[in-house]
Amino acid sequence: MKLVFERSKPGRKNDFIPALDVEVATIPDKFNRQQALRLPEISQVDMSRHYTDLADNSFGVNNGFYPLGSCTMKYNPKINDEMSALPNFGQIHPFQPIDTVQGSLEVYYTAEKLLGEITGMDAMTFQPAAGAQGELTGVMLIKAYHENNNDFKRNKIIVPDSAHGTNPATASMVNYETINIPSKEDGRVDLERLKEVVGDDTAGLMLTNPSTVGLFEHDIIEITEIIHQAGGLCYYDGANLNAIMGTVRPGDMGFDVVHLNIHKTFSTPHGGGGPGAGPIGCKEFLKPFLPNYHVVKVGDKYEFETPEKSIGQVKTFYGHFAVVVRALTYILTLGKEGIPQASRTAVLNANYMRHELKDTYDMAYEGPCMHEFVMTLERLKKETGITALDVSKALLDNGMHPPTMYFPDVVKEALMIEPTETESKETLDKVIEVFKQIKEQAYQDAEVIKEAPINTLIGRVDETAAARNPILRYEF
Amino acid sequence: MGNYNYIPSSPEEQQELLDILGLKTLDDLFKDIPEDLKISELNIPNGKSEVEVRREVEKMANKNQVFHSIFRGAGSYNHYIPSIVKQITLKEEFLTAYTPYQAEISQGILQSIFEFQTMVSEITGMPVANASVYDGSNAAAEAVNMCIDRKRKKVLVADTSHPMTIDTIKTYAHAMGTDVIIVPSKDGLVNDSALEGLLDEEVACLYVEQTNYFGNIEDCEKLAEMVHQNKTKLIMAVNPIASALLKTPFECGADIATGEGQPLGLPMNFGGPYLGFMATTQKLTRKLPGRIVGETTDNKGERAFVLTLQAREQHIRREKASSNICSNQAHCALTASVYLSAMGPDGLRDVATQCYSKAHYLQNELAKINGFEPLYETEFFHEFMTKSPINPVELNERLQEKGILGGMPVGENLLWCVTELNTREEMDELLNALKEVSLG
Repeated sequence: MKLVFERSKPGRKNDFIPALDVEVATIPDKFNRQQALRLPEISQVDMSRHYTDLADNSFGVNNGFYPLGSCTMKYNPKINDEMSALPNFGQIHPFQPIDTVQGSLEVYYTAEKLLGEITGMDAMTFQPAAGAQGELTGVMLIKAYHENNNDFKRNKIIVPDSAHGTNPATASMVNYETINIPSKEDGRVDLERLKEVVGDDTAGLMLTNPSTVGLFEHDIIEITEIIHQAGGLCYYDGANLNAIMGTVRPGDMGFDVVHLNIHKTFSTPHGGGGPGAGPIGCKEFLKPFLPNYHVVKVGDKYEFETPEKSIGQVKTFYGHFAVVVRALTYILTLGKEGIPQASRTAVLNANYMRHELKDTYDMAYEGPCMHEFVMTLERLKKETGITALDVSKALLDNGMHPPTMYFPDVVKEALMIEPTETESKETLDKVIEVFKQIKEQAYQDAEVIKEAPINTLIGRVDETAAARNPILRYEF
Repeated sequence: MGNYNYIPSSPEEQQELLDILGLKTLDDLFKDIPEDLKISELNIPNGKSEVEVRREVEKMANKNQVFHSIFRGAGSYNHYIPSIVKQITLKEEFLTAYTPYQAEISQGILQSIFEFQTMVSEITGMPVANASVYDGSNAAAEAVNMCIDRKRKKVLVADTSHPMTIDTIKTYAHAMGTDVIIVPSKDGLVNDSALEGLLDEEVACLYVEQTNYFGNIEDCEKLAEMVHQNKTKLIMAVNPIASALLKTPFECGADIATGEGQPLGLPMNFGGPYLGFMATTQKLTRKLPGRIVGETTDNKGERAFVLTLQAREQHIRREKASSNICSNQAHCALTASVYLSAMGPDGLRDVATQCYSKAHYLQNELAKINGFEPLYETEFFHEFMTKSPINPVELNERLQEKGILGGMPVGENLLWCVTELNTREEMDELLNALKEVSLG
């Protein structure tokens, strides 16, 4: 595909704004830009075609099956987009007087009540921009809590070795040392090991439940108690909330703070990598440390309050408002029956796929699973040379997005599959068939798979060359 | 309603799957969860039909007041968004795609990010840009983290910066154990001699905004020279619209350029989502956080794009990564590049010239009304401070009755903003209203 700059021709212009209706003023020479500003000069029709080309060569949930484990790529309802684009939301300046933004504040207030109930938390902030920033904010709350108790010796965060990479990276950003604890053979947290590493230097634990391998930690109460008894706090990574919402709540499992990836569980579009939103919820005792701009209701009126011992701000303004509107619309639509039904169907679909594939591929852990399951292709690789990457590329030729590859790190040649609740039996059956065919082909004609994909715009890319000699912009 | 929304399988089909699994009910799938942890039901309203939900959400939206005339900026700007920008960015493939890890089926998203990086690089003059971060304040906080090391753990931040950005830098810095020192200002600009006194061998960087929070144009070239003599880096945040006319961070000698991309086609949206951009020198490329897209070739030698330099990132380096950022603002970045393509170089310069000229018209005319004298005698782009004859909050209440969102109250003063969308007629209407206020 041509780059937009390669479609540019000098002198092509679009008229969008009226002629200047006051006298022209000019910037003093001293401050004038010297370099020419090179941007595309392109007509609207060519722009329209250019971006249609780009869209045609992008793969979204509407294009096909998207079983990315831990990413929860479910259908994004269109009503959500329409509600977030209402002019009375979009055209609101963040610094308008409080009595002119009562509707926007009601959105935040209502979303807080609903998500607080779903997570079992007492208060929430919507400021964090993404799950990773939610983690950062959550761990900052933990730090603020200890500092407020004049407890400065706690400098360690415990993280299972199967955790998302963001967990240890987040701990580092808050100047904590990460203590990785290995998982047991069944994929769950090793309680004995946990007891060994916990101590008066434990600031907290970061955990997702169900875990990154798709299993519920049935000893969760014991786990959170071990941390609490040592004086640490428990942080819930909300990446896998879709498996349990409406059935069990992080707050009831003993977690003190939780982040939500509302673009995952609450069905807002991933946008090719953002924007998402990562609100966090916390128990009452952590509420005073929340970031600025917490919405409260005083009589009939919504207002902002600054929590008394606030950590400050983690970004400008109040959060990804338009994303929160989408999540709110989704929750209002599903309601008390729909929320657990979505989650239960997601778990049913995952177990069905797992059941149908377990005689063809090796499962990393004993079943049943929650909303996702992990296959290990170690044996396939040994016997045929076909890797998890090769299988993924072969899936591309069959019109589906591959599962999450090579995660969690603790499983060799891992493929993690999360079908979600928004897929029908027909789709699941078709995909199961494709997986079976690829396995068969691996044993009959491995070379063909090594060539995959062949039906895509481009073949396999040279990632090494890209990193060794980075070309990061177009040269005019 | 609500039970089967967005679930394609019917109850019968679900039963079929359960039968295959040898289970009776859906509850059997949750036997790993201890019974005493399970809740019987959520205490939230029942699900609703699309019509009912629409009514409920529209009712909330209608409680907001939309101003027909807006003279407020302070980090969020009311610019015109061409129809083509809105339509293109609504394409479902862009909206519903994941982060483009699978390059072969994600060339569209990857190429759009590569084009965005090129445009940020052009706007800032810097050779390397990333694929965006959450917003301008996060770009600032992440840029600060790029500069600090074991020896240099002090950070200078101009007090002429956006207050929420200063606060964000402080929050991040506190977590990392970095010292933040605020550089005082004089007459609305960074105070040189105060800066001189603060520079020592532990200072990693100076963060300054162009234009600054009060709308004033800082002498960034001079600041770059001063800090570089101390081997301190300059982080310069820019307004991307103003960049069409003002000296680029590269021309000023900055080491890192950051900024808020909201003016480039993103609605004000009550503050989010917005778009942070970051650009830097070749030398600092591998310290740049977040996603970066690079050009390469596929196995047939064709041009291809891919996420690159991933060795820096959290999913590879875990606790050794310098940032935990994993998503970027891809869809907002797409919006910005569609906007910049639609405008082109001449269009963007026209928007900038109109902002500049109209703001100067308004400042001139305001100065003629008693009590609205300019607070500073500095150069400015499209925002400026004036005094206010009465309490600025009260003044705005009077304007509000006329559907006008007046300048942002800053202490006893006002910070005004004018964009290409403010017509002369609108400005004259504002001036008349203010005359009444100042007389009455």
